[in-house]
Amino acid sequence: MSPLRLSAVELLAQLNSGQITSAELTQAYLRQIEKHDPKVKAFLRVDAAKALQRAGEIDSRRKAGKKLGRLAGLPVAIKDLLCTQGETTTCGSRMLENFKPPYDAAVIARLKAADAVLIGKTNMDEFAMGGSTENSAFQKTSNPWDLARTPGGSSGGAAACVAAGMAPLSVGTDTGGSIRQPAGLCGVTGLKPTYGRVSRYGLVAFASSLDQIGPLARSAEDAALLLEVLAGHDPLDSTSVDMAVPTYSESVKQPLANLRLGLVREHFGEGLDGEVDAAVREAVRVYESLGATVKWISLPHGKFGVATYYIIAPCEASSNLARYDGVHYGHRTDEKKLVAALASERTALETAGRRAEADALDNPLVRMYRESRAEGFGPEVKRRIMLGTYALSAGYYDAYYLKALKVRRLIRQDYDAAFAEVDLIAGPVTANTAFKLGEKVDDPLAMYLVDLYTVSANLAGIGGIAFPCGFSSAGLPVGLQLQGPPFAEERLLQATHMFQQATDWHRRYPAMFTE
Amino acid sequence: MTQPYTVIIGLEVHVQLQTRTKLFCRCSTKFGAPPNTQTCPLCIGMPGTLPVMNREAFRLGLKTALALNCQIARATKWDRKQYYYPDLPKGYQISQYDLPFSHDGHLEINDPKGRFETKRIGIIRAHLEEDAGKSMHDELAGQADSRIDLNRAGTPLLEIVSQPDMRSALEAKAYLTELKLLLTYLGVSDCNMQEGSLRVDANINLHVDTPEGPVATPIVEVKNMNSFRAVERAMEYEAERHWQVWQETHQRLGAVPKQTRGWDDVANVTRAQRHKEESSDYRYFPDPDLVPVRVSDTELTEAQASLGELPADLRRRLEKTHGIKPYDSDVLVGAGRPLVDYFVELAGICGDGKLASNWVQQDVMRTLNEQKVEIDQFAMRPKQLAELLAAIQAGEIDTSRAREVFIEMVASGKSAGEVMKAQGIVKVDESALTALCQELIEANPKIVADIRAGKLQAASNLIGQAKKKNPNVNPGRFREIVIELVGKM
Amino acid sequence: MSLTRQEVEKVSLLARLRLTSDELDRMTVQMGQIVAYVESLSELDTESVEPMAHALDVANVFAADELRPSLSREEALANAPHHDREFYLVPAVLGE
Repeated sequence: MSPLRLSAVELLAQLNSGQITSAELTQAYLRQIEKHDPKVKAFLRVDAAKALQRAGEIDSRRKAGKKLGRLAGLPVAIKDLLCTQGETTTCGSRMLENFKPPYDAAVIARLKAADAVLIGKTNMDEFAMGGSTENSAFQKTSNPWDLARTPGGSSGGAAACVAAGMAPLSVGTDTGGSIRQPAGLCGVTGLKPTYGRVSRYGLVAFASSLDQIGPLARSAEDAALLLEVLAGHDPLDSTSVDMAVPTYSESVKQPLANLRLGLVREHFGEGLDGEVDAAVREAVRVYESLGATVKWISLPHGKFGVATYYIIAPCEASSNLARYDGVHYGHRTDEKKLVAALASERTALETAGRRAEADALDNPLVRMYRESRAEGFGPEVKRRIMLGTYALSAGYYDAYYLKALKVRRLIRQDYDAAFAEVDLIAGPVTANTAFKLGEKVDDPLAMYLVDLYTVSANLAGIGGIAFPCGFSSAGLPVGLQLQGPPFAEERLLQATHMFQQATDWHRRYPAMFTE
Repeated sequence: MTQPYTVIIGLEVHVQLQTRTKLFCRCSTKFGAPPNTQTCPLCIGMPGTLPVMNREAFRLGLKTALALNCQIARATKWDRKQYYYPDLPKGYQISQYDLPFSHDGHLEINDPKGRFETKRIGIIRAHLEEDAGKSMHDELAGQADSRIDLNRAGTPLLEIVSQPDMRSALEAKAYLTELKLLLTYLGVSDCNMQEGSLRVDANINLHVDTPEGPVATPIVEVKNMNSFRAVERAMEYEAERHWQVWQETHQRLGAVPKQTRGWDDVANVTRAQRHKEESSDYRYFPDPDLVPVRVSDTELTEAQASLGELPADLRRRLEKTHGIKPYDSDVLVGAGRPLVDYFVELAGICGDGKLASNWVQQDVMRTLNEQKVEIDQFAMRPKQLAELLAAIQAGEIDTSRAREVFIEMVASGKSAGEVMKAQGIVKVDESALTALCQELIEANPKIVADIRAGKLQAASNLIGQAKKKNPNVNPGRFREIVIELVGKM
Repeated sequence: MSLTRQEVEKVSLLARLRLTSDELDRMTVQMGQIVAYVESLSELDTESVEPMAHALDVANVFAADELRPSLSREEALANAPHHDREFYLVPAVLGE
């Protein structure tokens, strides 16, 4: 059987027992990338030589009987939002096309210490802003189940590469659903940990109070293995929590007895696709058959999640992205052209007798900023910067930002009340299966509403996991989302594993996979 | 003062806290390093970096706020102040907006020369923030590029904002002097203005007396004042300029947007600075990368205990315990704690605060100045100086000869006794003194006549003659004997 | 409340973005729609609700005041679009 069919946990066992070498395994994934990525376009950059060299080093250390890290020899794909020292990190943006960070993100350092083989950097919506990966400045990624459709986003490359068998493990980030939504649309398992569980150091910030790094994999067991490496306290991130990391890879195997599952009434109303509704309800019946009890609950402020999110996230983003001004790194506009343009604008205005307008022209520095940013950012990033700048500007703070922070508290309180009654909340990841590429490009609000079921977990700071629970008649994966109280990652993984022991949706492969 | 207006001044002072590393990263804060050699991904504002608060900076800030009698907020947070400037790499400065860690304090100022009444200057708030880098504009080169050095970016600053409680340039200078002294005593900043460790901006306007009552004129912010003297001169200049403008325009507060002016230290004038567009919309919001700081009772008690004796208390103690005048305590305390300690030890041994104060202020401080050393490095310790003062107190030596002995002590490192012995200085006993006096009275009938006629200053001539005959003669005692003997004639 | 093109233009300066005339038109419409949508929050009474800026209840995170190595100047300037091996360079702003 092709190693690509095996889970990361199984591959690790084969590596440890010497049945396969890391070089062979890495080679197999590189071949798959070579074969399928020209169509899927999940990767922005793959450095085959470097990956193979790294795999070779790990193999020789293994041969020499040296102690190896937790992921010894397993290939891992990295979302291009995570800084890798000395290697291009673009965040899917022209702005950072040539940016080489002089440092590794905390999770990259952890992966390296765990002897993972970093196989490539995956495509994403520019600065993680988007839900279709179409906002990448470089390429559009396709859903391996239907190349005409989106893999979701913003971690679209991260989900697609796992779904297409181009990497067993992949690291994504989730600000409003950016791990769970693409996992759901691509039929893989993706977990957004509790805020503070994984260090954000070296994760290029989109919305700092919402961003979190998490694993994407083919199963809960594999995700548990990767999370075990990613999670942990980091003194360089003030918002990282100093709390012991459970041995997820072990605990994931223990089924949960007497699981109390909550279903949110508001999640099953208007707008939910019938096939998605049916698959989710069927998944709930599977849980019941495994001994879970189900209770209908309410998250009354959930319907305000998207509005709250689209104030808080753009506000933070407008500030986080202010640093891209073409001074210390990143794209800068052509200065000669800029000076010439300013001069000719001035002459034109003065000739026309429009003196005041001539005087109001940007000075060269301001024009340099504005032009560099206009050239470096794509439309969605500009839109969010504009929204955030507007919402934080004089006179609007209370009406927008402060209001949103208060509703955020209400959303969190809803969850606290719910988790007093149930262990986990189950529901859809998205209202529909993967939409067609280009379908929502011109309608930003429609695109934002795709996040309906996922944003609240980020606002509340709690964990959530998405995994396949069925397929539509068109053959597209349907995702189930579980959400848990803060720091209940173990429970999320255990519940997912229970389901995956009882079903085989997660073992379905897109046709191209086996070609 | 008969001007028909009152000057209203408030000051914003930024002091660099004496930490080894920056506020949010662990790069050095040392002054004078080659450009862009003390930076890291964080203080360059690189993507993905995250700030972590320097514990020492917070501690020093807390200490200062307590010394300024401020209320300490039990919970404080960090905000982003957003504006674009090339020396501000993140596009925002981490500062404190609506919940500063301290507020509502005061600092007492006084003038030993009595030019204004002792008063309390209110402190609106003191908060922590990070410094920006340095932009260098080569004006002469015209269109040439500006150069940016980020070494200073992220250095911890404490911003201390006063109430508009100062009523003259003199009071403004006194406030700054007292503040600097306080910061120095606390050891929280070196307050070096040349190196930018202490920076002052001023807000000034007038309250003009009019038949309808006092009217406030528009407030002007003054920047670029590089010394306390410059602040004093700029405030004097501005008060006068405001008065002229008022007379010409009668513009009231609010009639025009707040103006910013820069002080030109060479031309002795302020000049209007170009207004930065939309500069006031800083879009403050809480920094999501930093968590709040909560201060416990224990931490407050500990910080309070770490303050030590502050300048104002120290002055009062010196006046009370050693009987010196406010002017003297001001000079001594102003010279720094080590000098005060020297004085206290000296006064303790010799038991005469006034005498000790005079010697420390004149002879010791002059010598320190000449030798360019600090009191700690001054070889003559209080015990040694006390020996000399004891000789004066015992009438063995007069003040002017004691000065000579002091100079010799400094030069040779010998004790007072050794120098006096070498110079043959011994006390002339009472009978020898009386005999000498008798001798001179007989030899100078004209002078004696003058003395008898009430011209007591004529005795100086006899003292001079006596000192020629015997340099050890104590002029004070000799004069007493002259007057006594002449009186008996 | 709807946004005017003028307001959007003002925000674009504040955000240091230069938008073409077409972009301004589009941005005005799109921002107007999004702002109208997020204004649904105003129907909630949040008078007595404490704002939630952080998802975590963590406080007092500090680092010791201990020196760590800085980047070399070469490393620091490596990503700069314009430098003279000593300083970052930007178009001059005169009179400030």
